[in-house]
Amino acid sequence: MTTEALLLAAPPITGIGHRIAPVVAILALLVAVWYAAAVWLNTPQVVDRFESDGKSWNARQLIEASWSMERPVLPAPHQIARNFFETVFETPVDNKRSLVYHAGVTVSATLLGFVFGTVLGVLLAVGIVHSPVLDRSLLPWIIASQTVPILAIAPMVVVVLGSLGFVGLFPKAVISMYLCFFPVTIGMVKGLRSPDPLQLDLMRSYSASRAQVLHKLRWPAATDFLFASLKVAIATSLVGAIVGELPTGAQAGLGARLLSGSYYGQTIQIWSALIMASIVGVVLVALVGVAERLVARHMGRSA
Amino acid sequence: MRQGGLQLLALGLMTAGFVVPPMGGSWLARLLALLCAFVTLLGATLGLRRWDARAEGASDLIAVLVGAAVPLMLLEGPGPFGGAAPGLWLFLAGWVLLLWRMLSMFSRLPGGGAGALVAPALFGVALLYLWQVLVVGFAVPQVLLPAPSQVGHVLATQFDVFWLDFRQTFLKAVLAGYAIGCCAGFLVAVIADRVPFLGRGLLPLSGLASAVPIVGIAPILVMWFGFDWHSKAAVVVVVTFFPMLVNTLTGLAAADAMQRDLMHSYAASYAQTLVKLRLPAALPFVFNAMKINSTLALIAAIVAEFFGSPILGLGFRISAEVARLNVDVVWAVIAIAALAGSMFYGVIALVERAATFWHPSYRA
Repeated sequence: MTTEALLLAAPPITGIGHRIAPVVAILALLVAVWYAAAVWLNTPQVVDRFESDGKSWNARQLIEASWSMERPVLPAPHQIARNFFETVFETPVDNKRSLVYHAGVTVSATLLGFVFGTVLGVLLAVGIVHSPVLDRSLLPWIIASQTVPILAIAPMVVVVLGSLGFVGLFPKAVISMYLCFFPVTIGMVKGLRSPDPLQLDLMRSYSASRAQVLHKLRWPAATDFLFASLKVAIATSLVGAIVGELPTGAQAGLGARLLSGSYYGQTIQIWSALIMASIVGVVLVALVGVAERLVARHMGRSA
Repeated sequence: MRQGGLQLLALGLMTAGFVVPPMGGSWLARLLALLCAFVTLLGATLGLRRWDARAEGASDLIAVLVGAAVPLMLLEGPGPFGGAAPGLWLFLAGWVLLLWRMLSMFSRLPGGGAGALVAPALFGVALLYLWQVLVVGFAVPQVLLPAPSQVGHVLATQFDVFWLDFRQTFLKAVLAGYAIGCCAGFLVAVIADRVPFLGRGLLPLSGLASAVPIVGIAPILVMWFGFDWHSKAAVVVVVTFFPMLVNTLTGLAAADAMQRDLMHSYAASYAQTLVKLRLPAALPFVFNAMKINSTLALIAAIVAEFFGSPILGLGFRISAEVARLNVDVVWAVIAIAALAGSMFYGVIALVERAATFWHPSYRA
């Protein structure tokens, strides 16, 4: 076989390159802009320091110094990467400085709130689909509830539940629940109503009870909507858990890292907590996607 | 039949409220409450007879409205109706059933127009009312949950303070950040649409941004832009940018191939196609982003204030008063924020209706 034939037989690499290349290019551009911005934002402080030391400097020293400050205005990407690597891989997980430990605290609150919120959301949706009163009266208020800055209630929920003796995981989970029930309710109301009238008529002609229609027709029909909502819900649940850690001066969690970083001017710490939060968010959404694919396969559909 | 059963149960519960000892005697002490309770019972009984749907509904409505006054009167002052007054709660339980029946009658009304607003409005008022009665009746500590009347009192007496907070957070930070963020997202989307390479790079990254807790950048931006409203506006810009970018990009792809072919056969230039076909086709998506952003912006500004602000602003007020356990003030601020958010959303929805009147969802 000639190399030409091999190339022809190979999978279309160009297709992948077509999709990956732009993303890589944009990312490279972002990193370049970041380094430039780090120089631009950090040099005033660096110059101050050089001047107070009475040293002369050239451009090269200036740039190097601005990329290696201890408390920079904008840390350079490699500084964040180093801090991230140190706190994730080189610190034991049970250490208070380990980012994995803090992420674990936040994730447990996120997941607990996500479960609560999903259950509440599904129950509300089932009620709304089956009761015209709830449909007409409650649904508008659920939608209006989203114009309430729910995160604004977060500090109060934490303080109030704390005064009742609930501390730690539970208050944060409540906030996550409050945030993530909404997409589930809205998605599931749509999903449970998605079977078309012919199918509902068929169930009727089988004289199926409401519970049977729900279990055998509406619920399977709603799975697509359920997972679409769950992806949104778990991302908002993470935001809820992080914000829930802000007000009480919580000792652990990514939100606590953000807050202590902002108190002590530890910008590198803030950025690596942010990176961790982003990774956690992406992983959680991806996990829901995996679950979706498993369920789809289980239901005999090739998704 | 089932509805009739519901009403019978409601009547039974309300009547039981009078005879349950030892409260039976106490009703007599408050003649006005007793009178109102009887009117309620009468209305509910009349509603049971099925002569005419309208009369039935009217008598139920009267029963619910008059009945609502009874617990308020009984709870007023340090009467015998403290935390555990079985009669009162039985009456209230019956009232709730009656309310449910009335709401179900309203929700069977033909929809559309103002009629569609009656049921949710009544439901909202009823929720507030039950909140008030339950909090006062069970003597819930004020730290836990203040009564709506208390919140209303705080709102009325400290209006000047709240106005300054509102101006700081909403009129300065939110509106400025919202305008900049939405415009930037829109412009970048149009450019990314023109340069496909950019679009293919940006779309996956901004999809990623929706999984990332963007609010986390608040402490950094507060450090960069200072404590005043500029830093909050900057957070709002970042938060509103991505939804607008993603939605506009999707919207610009919404005009279908036939329509584009038509523009092509007219020899329309890129700019003409953009202005006359693709931007109008993208409008529903743009408005969708604007609606999502309207609530995101307010949340972002409030959360950003937790990381440091001058001594005014809605978020500052919340964190300061929570620390002093003035929960009624906090609820008042939340009420203001909710009202502002709803009105912001409503205004955009109205503009949307005017600007995209041709869209199928408004022509039904």
